Order: sequence, then C-alpha cells, then structure tokens
Amino acid sequence: MISKQVAFDAAMSGIADGSTVLVGGFGNSGEPIELLEALRRHGAKDLVIVANNGGTGHSGLAALLEAGLVRKLICSYPRTSDAVVVERLYRDGLIDLELVPQGTLAERIRAAGAGIGAFYTPTAAGTRLAEGKEERVIGGRGHVLEHALHGDVALVKADRADRWGNLVYHRAARNYNPVMATAAALTIAQVREVVAVGGLDPEEIVTPSVYVDRIVQIGAPA
Amino acid sequence: MSWTMAQAAARLAQDLPEGSVVNLGIGLPTLIADVLPPGREILLHSENGILGLGPGVPKTEADWDVIDAGKRPVSLVPGAAIFHHADSFAMIRGGHIDVAVLGAYEVSRAGDLANWSVDDGASLPGVGGAMDLAAGARQVYVLSRHARPDGSPKIVEECALPLTARGAVTRFYSDLAVIQFGEAGPSVIELAPQVPFGDVQRLTGTKLAHVDGERSVC
Repeated sequence: MISKQVAFDAAMSGIADGSTVLVGGFGNSGEPIELLEALRRHGAKDLVIVANNGGTGHSGLAALLEAGLVRKLICSYPRTSDAVVVERLYRDGLIDLELVPQGTLAERIRAAGAGIGAFYTPTAAGTRLAEGKEERVIGGRGHVLEHALHGDVALVKADRADRWGNLVYHRAARNYNPVMATAAALTIAQVREVVAVGGLDPEEIVTPSVYVDRIVQIGAPA
Repeated sequence: MSWTMAQAAARLAQDLPEGSVVNLGIGLPTLIADVLPPGREILLHSENGILGLGPGVPKTEADWDVIDAGKRPVSLVPGAAIFHHADSFAMIRGGHIDVAVLGAYEVSRAGDLANWSVDDGASLPGVGGAMDLAAGARQVYVLSRHARPDGSPKIVEECALPLTARGAVTRFYSDLAVIQFGEAGPSVIELAPQVPFGDVQRLTGTKLAHVDGERSVC
C-alpha cells in the first residue's frame, strides 16, 4: 500500500547541509510555514533557498534566515513590507542574493520539472539582470538564455491530499506550489486535510501524486 | 488642481476598453481594481495566478489566499480562474495581457522604464514581475506621481537607474497629466483640471509636446 504520510520532523529526514530548497508561496499565501519551522529544527545549514520573496516578520522563511541556516537566496521580490530579517542580512552583507524576474523564476523551475535544460526568454533582455548570460535575437527581439532551476527539496503547501500524494490547493495559495512540486528530488507537502484515495475528483487534482514524496498533515503530532 | 492618485487611477481606468485583460502591478496600480467604470467588463489579471480579480475587501472579511500583487486582500468576480505561477507568467510573456499597469521610478522619453532598483547598494532591490510584464504586455501604462517629493522629475531624458525594459511605456498617468509616449517622445494628451502645461513641463526632465485632440498647441 502506498502511503506517503509522515510526521513533521520525520519529513525532514535526509535533508543535507548545502541543499537547494524550493519554497512555495507568494508572500504568506501558500507559504509552507510549518514545514519551514520543521526545517529550522532539523538544522541543515548552508542552504540555498528558492522562493518568490524573502520572508516577513520572524516566522517561516524569515525564521530560517534569522537562524543563519541560509547561504543564498534566489528570489524575485525580497522587498516586501515587514521583510525585516532579509533587509538586515542584505544590508550587513550576510546573504548572497540572486534576483530573478518572477516569470523567469517560475519558468526555470517549470523547466527543471519538465526536463528542459534551458530556454530563451525576452524578459530582462538588455538589462542588468541579463549580464553574463547568453543573449541572442530571435524573431527580431533580444532574448536571454535561462537555465532550469532544480531543487534537492521542495516544500509546498496544499489544501488537501490523499495518501498517494495527489494535491489540491486553496485559491491563489496555489501560486508556485504545483510548479515547485515537479522540480525537486524530494517533494514534501503540508496539507490541511488528508482524504481517502478516490476522495479527490480526478478533474480537480492540480498536482498528480507522481510529484509528491512525503505528506504532512497540519495539526498532526510532530 | 491636480488629481489625487485615486483620481488618476480612476482616470486611467476610463481608458481600459470593454473586454480587455489588464494586469495590475504592485503599489498604486492595484487601486484600479476599486475604480473600474461600472458596467464595463474588464478582466483583471494578478501575477499570483488570478484572472478575474475584484475590488479590495476589508481585512475582517479577507481570505488571505485571495490577494493582489501587493498582498492586499481582494475578491474574485464570478467567472474568475485560478492557475499556478508558471501559467500566470506564460499568460504574461505569451502576449495574452492587453495592458499592464506598473509603477515607476523613472521613464525616459523613449519609454524606457526603471522601476526595480534604486541602486544605492543598501536598499533591497525587487524586480518581481515587472520585467516579464514590460516585455510581454501589449501596452504598458504607468500610474505614478509626476515627480518625486523633492520635485525632481520621474520623466527624464535618459534613465539613470537600472532599466526594467527599453521602450516599453506607452502611457503615463500622473497627478498632473496623461502623457502618451510615441516615436516623437512624450506628449501631454490631457491635463488635470486647472493644471497649466507649463507646470507639468517644469516637473518633467525632458521636452514635452502638448497635443489637444488632433491639434498640437505647443
């Protein structure tokens, strides 16, 4: 019988120092806060975090940064309100920041999950964010070569799962989560509810189970 | 009398055609969701995976997974669709967005846009979806104060700050005027009530034309 459901701390098993971790969410919406807290307790360090933002306040992603476990942040928009931790780390030169246009970030992750090595995009052509990258003219427009961005681990937040790992999301908390779920060697999903196999309509499943390795239910014992 | 930025947002909204698909960027542009002309069906796109975004809602009624680009709680209109981030930006890059409304630090007379980094070495930069939108939307409208608080211009000869995209901006809606960008440079096509053209020119770092309808008056 396939069952991917585990406890929170067991879900972090095997995450090594230096891992690249894809973290879902747009601001706090869809951010897997409980998994991030479990990762902080797990203590793996020198992490490379891939996320849209750089965390807010002192919980979730911000807590991981504040604990000094993150070497590099690859993101599109760290400058959100209340981004106090990442602001301080950046000002003090304590974090390596790679800024990526949001659509390029999403597509690099999608490419990794879809077996595409790299792609050309018009986004950022001729700007500072294209410096050092191959540029070529396609159809009369400048394009930038962007490479797939794989994760060792993806931490995603969904609304419901079955024990096989099929996932559905709540509203726009979907954002990066289904894309990141496809792109990591180990995908861990936190969910509000686990339903019986067959309890999700095949038409509504957003992330098919093949992409998911571990499921943790919020509120279940750590 | 200049427009408030809410009035400038409403003025911009008047120019969004029936049936258009419009992305609202972070900052002032998200105000437009609250001031669409009644009776006109305009589909608002938000980069976090919403097509059919509705007006803002009070925090007490918020579903914090229904938010705009600035993380403000909003509503969904009947017929709204939700999709993941890669799809959201495929829509943007793929040319499916008619108008993107963005903020700006600087716009050059050629329509170059700078809006992601103040480049001071200390402030966090934040590109977000701006480069994708500037590259992919058919039209880029800027909604912004005309000048900085110290009176220095945002519309300039050449951008000093790092660029978001070249030649992207087609319209600039400010508290003072509506400005069209074209091959001949920027032209004022409408002034806020009782704002003299000379005041707008004084707060602009490049020469403006003044077009009143089809007739050039300056």
